[in-house]
Amino acid sequence: MGRRKDELEKSKSSSVIQPVEEGRRSFLKGSVMLAGAAAAGGSAGLAGAAQAEPLPIPESNKSMGREIEPTAYGMPSKYEAHVTRNRTDVFKNKQHWSDWSMTPLQHQKGIITPNGLFYERHHAGTPDINPQQHTLVVHGMVKQPLKFSMDDLMRYPSMSKFYFMECSGNGLTDWKAVKSTTVQQTHGLLGCAQWTGVPLSWLLDEAGLADGAKWVLLEGADGSAHLRSIPIEKCMDDAMIVWGMNGEMLRPENGYPLRAFIPGWEGNVSVKWLRRIKVGDKPWNARSETARYTDPMPEGKWRQFSFVMECKSVITSPSGGMKIPGPGRVEIEGFAWSGNGTIKAVDVTFDGGKTWREAKLEDPVLDKCLTRFRYSWDWDGGPAKIASRAVDSTGYVQPTVADIDKSRAIVGFVQHHNGIFPWSVSSSGEVANAIA
Amino acid sequence: MLSRKWTAALVALTSAGLVAGAAWAGPGVKYGSPVSEADVAALDIDIRTSDGAGLPPGKGSVAEGAKIYAEQCVDCHGEKAGGGSVYGPMVGGVGSFLTDKRKVTPGSMYPYAPILFDYMKRAMPMTAPQSLSDNEVYALSAYILNLNGLVKDDAVMDAKSLAAVEMPNKNGFVVDNRPDTKAERCMSDCKPIKE
Repeated sequence: MGRRKDELEKSKSSSVIQPVEEGRRSFLKGSVMLAGAAAAGGSAGLAGAAQAEPLPIPESNKSMGREIEPTAYGMPSKYEAHVTRNRTDVFKNKQHWSDWSMTPLQHQKGIITPNGLFYERHHAGTPDINPQQHTLVVHGMVKQPLKFSMDDLMRYPSMSKFYFMECSGNGLTDWKAVKSTTVQQTHGLLGCAQWTGVPLSWLLDEAGLADGAKWVLLEGADGSAHLRSIPIEKCMDDAMIVWGMNGEMLRPENGYPLRAFIPGWEGNVSVKWLRRIKVGDKPWNARSETARYTDPMPEGKWRQFSFVMECKSVITSPSGGMKIPGPGRVEIEGFAWSGNGTIKAVDVTFDGGKTWREAKLEDPVLDKCLTRFRYSWDWDGGPAKIASRAVDSTGYVQPTVADIDKSRAIVGFVQHHNGIFPWSVSSSGEVANAIA
Repeated sequence: MLSRKWTAALVALTSAGLVAGAAWAGPGVKYGSPVSEADVAALDIDIRTSDGAGLPPGKGSVAEGAKIYAEQCVDCHGEKAGGGSVYGPMVGGVGSFLTDKRKVTPGSMYPYAPILFDYMKRAMPMTAPQSLSDNEVYALSAYILNLNGLVKDDAVMDAKSLAAVEMPNKNGFVVDNRPDTKAERCMSDCKPIKE
């Protein structure tokens, strides 16, 4: 252990990008950033030190490791204990049943959010549902009302799809004032997973839609019996009923054993713990689609059924709370996504939006899915303002908050923030929220 | 309007062969078991709030509601729904949407009064949802509406009278008009992100 501590200390003292609040625990990420900086000749320090001192044999080479347990659910390394989903701590709720927690996007590798880090939003806490006792009902304007056990549903030929999911409230604390520090706080109501289940259309077809069917109610088996009305066209298009998430059954907090998944739309319509599907001819106009999840508009109005999460992007490294060690090569990376299709391009700026350069998109680039972008930036050590701007397959270009402000009323608790999100870089390398 | 827009979009996408659902042929098997609407009556709690469809028999008065509120609701929501230890006020706010401090309450926000019934029946009280009787929910609806000045002190709410209450924000909603921005992909000499 002594040796490992030495390595940590060395990492801390070397000049690498580090989340300031996490200090030395981010040494793994730091070492990656260091390699680039050293190669670019921009950073003195460890490169010289490493040559001066022969590398020791790691302690782990000189002992037996842990034996395999007879049965176990594997957990991350203890050195990754700082990578956690965090309950909202900028906008604080007074109770934690109708509350939310946020994904640590700054630590995510690739495009898939691990299940234990996937953000949460519940309206009455997480129920524990026995799948053997769970029943899904399909009724209302159908020819034959049906019920399905979990065993029934899992007999169908299933399909697995990669999709992002984002809460409509993602970013609501930071429209016109700086409230948050990290990208977890500004953008962490976002995740991406491979979802396994069946098309919702199969179940609706099996029940047989009656003439005039236009809207479908989805209702959960949680303590809020959360419900949303969904237009029939979306239900018959790409909507799914899912039980699998990233190769395993859904976690309880993500809807175990069964949830709806409505690709590209605000997360709360993908009703968790799904127990009932009712077909009707009009929307229900529930509290969750009138007094909540609606957007303030000019002249005192509210926009309703604003389902789609429009094209958006954010730089995740470097991002708020991190520190760039010094001038030289900085690998910019981030996520782009669109509820309306695929990402076509991402541009990055280093001067607050006066000039933009096209970033590289990393495969795979999938429909309604997180897409990785990156750009190798040579930082001259001066103050900078960095941001990303995504373009999707419809040609839509991610707007600024100022653009959005022209058509909506940004007052109070405002949903659907897909504005360009700048980070400032100080001459000492500190990265901070620069939305205002 | 929404469904016209969706239909148009769907036609466009289908003709381009881009709709995933269109490619999802049926499974060729059926595993659902028939049920009757009577079988699912206990689960069938939704109210179509625009016209009150689904509101059950029963009734409750403002006075009854005040009593139930004092027992079941006041701890979190405060005296006379003025805001309590956990939640903000459920009264007032009418007219505030034209200011930059919009006060969202059932009185100022709900376009239809039966939303009160639907939400309280399914989700309240938070510690024991779906425990209130239909009469109790009607009474609480009457009480909250009365505190908001929307029904009289002697009002009794039932399926008919609750659906008939005129809410101030009835015409306060607009349909989704996005994309509502027209950002361009400027690459040089652009207007900065923040002016």
